[in-house]
Amino acid sequence: MSNPLISARGLTKKFGDFTAVDGVDFDVAKGESFGLLGPNGAGKSTIMRVLAATSQRTSGTVEILGKDPELFGPLIRAHLGVVPQQDNLDGELTVSENLYIYGRYFGLSKKFIKNKIEELLEFAQLEEKRDVKVEALSGGMKRRLTIARGLVSEPDILLLDEPTTGLDPQARHILWDRLFRLKEQGVTLVLTTHFMDEAEQLCDRLVVLDKGSIMAEGSPAALIKQYSSKEVLEVRFGSDRNKEVAPQLATMCERMETLPDRILMYTEDGEKLLEEITHAGMHATTSLVRRSSLEDVFLRLTGRTLIE
Amino acid sequence: MNAGIDVPTIQRFGALYIASARLKTMSKWRTIIAAVDIGNPLFYLIAVGIGIGVLVEQGSGTSGTNGIKYIAFIAPALLANTAITGIMDETVFPTIEGFKWRKLFFAQNSTPITGRQIAIGVYLAALCRALFAVIAYYILLLAFDVVNFGISILLVPIAVLGGGAFGALMLFAAAKIEKEDQFFNILGRLVIMPMFLFSGTFFPLTSMPVYLQPIGWISPLWHATELGRESAFDYGISTTMVVVHLVFLVTLLVIGLGLATRQFERRLSK
Repeated sequence: MSNPLISARGLTKKFGDFTAVDGVDFDVAKGESFGLLGPNGAGKSTIMRVLAATSQRTSGTVEILGKDPELFGPLIRAHLGVVPQQDNLDGELTVSENLYIYGRYFGLSKKFIKNKIEELLEFAQLEEKRDVKVEALSGGMKRRLTIARGLVSEPDILLLDEPTTGLDPQARHILWDRLFRLKEQGVTLVLTTHFMDEAEQLCDRLVVLDKGSIMAEGSPAALIKQYSSKEVLEVRFGSDRNKEVAPQLATMCERMETLPDRILMYTEDGEKLLEEITHAGMHATTSLVRRSSLEDVFLRLTGRTLIE
Repeated sequence: MNAGIDVPTIQRFGALYIASARLKTMSKWRTIIAAVDIGNPLFYLIAVGIGIGVLVEQGSGTSGTNGIKYIAFIAPALLANTAITGIMDETVFPTIEGFKWRKLFFAQNSTPITGRQIAIGVYLAALCRALFAVIAYYILLLAFDVVNFGISILLVPIAVLGGGAFGALMLFAAAKIEKEDQFFNILGRLVIMPMFLFSGTFFPLTSMPVYLQPIGWISPLWHATELGRESAFDYGISTTMVVVHLVFLVTLLVIGLGLATRQFERRLSK
């Protein structure tokens, strides 16, 4: 990658004896939407705090916009928009006051911020809430405000830690739409998520993280192609029988995962496989044919599901 | 960069941005703050001026207080104590809130603002609150004819210095602690209360048994109170002691702020 905006080599972060991030390497190019996918505790947020030029790493090298964040923290942060996992808005101030004060932290002029606030309120669909105390907002609104706040300084890179965790499906889709617009405007996005659909929707490229290490890297489509089959057949035989039939089913497909509640069978043609199973005298209580997702990639790589 | 961000300017004025944000939040509480900062001294002036003061002067005149009226004798202590409690409210709560409850400091630190600037900004805003409280109290002292307007105006900066010395330590302590519930119990009952009672507030420190006097020596309240009495009433303290009091308070302030800024930086970069 020529001139990446972000570059990490052997990035390691320890808290006492615990290694949260264990020697990860990655680059993020300008205009790219880059994802860190992994379950809770995989080290995603820790990496994000290092990329936000606040948290000190234990070892390895990191360059953001060509500079070491430990030496040039304020200079780098001037170019970043940060959306933390937990909204840290000032609940006692109103929506517009939150945006205004945050803009002042970047030393922006009052006039610039005033204009920017109008633009951001529209972007976050919060025009009618401008004078409402933040405490009174819904979770989705707070999240949109936090993202809007991160944009007040017109950052080159927007860091989003679990942008839609805890939101209802409708609020998530509104947010995805907003993030998509930013992407179209050329803002470089770095986001963490443990939602595979979110990663597939928003990320051009991602790394799969588990226990502080990178398990795989690529575009969502390439990862699915590399680590999973075209289709997945999900069958349930009832919790007791799943184990019983598992050995026989295993001979019928390329690969199989037995989960507590269901069996996942990886194949190029799910319908055909289902017919074969029925033909062999096994009758699944329920069955579902779907295309492979990043969830399957994660399962393949770690033997575990993303949300446990 | 599109927005025209000037990092050197932020590096110079960042603490002031934080202080002004703090003052904005405080202004949302202005009614309560004003009620506390005016109500509290009123209660004391009435209770002590009309109640206890009369009793004391009937008992021993002003012989125990170097010829100063009892209410005037304790006035510098009440002023300094007001600065201390005011600055404590505005350092301890915002700091715990900033690191833990709302994590506002992490938001501030996501901008070019540094941990050091956040610490100083919170501190400056707390000093403003202390200044407001002390001025309100001073005006009441004038109104109640406890002090005469003039040189006694020195009571104001001295009280704020006393509060500032204590507040700098509180800023550090609040940034250091992880579990705040016990902190509040200990702070209120084992630090603030004994300090208020045993710092020569209601009687000269020397009238206490000698083994209790060290509480006063290490208490910013005592140093600020003695300085205040000397400046406002010519209390009869040697110049050496005036210097000792000043040096003690300034040293405490500098050490406290040094520790606090370092602790802010540390905790934010974890």
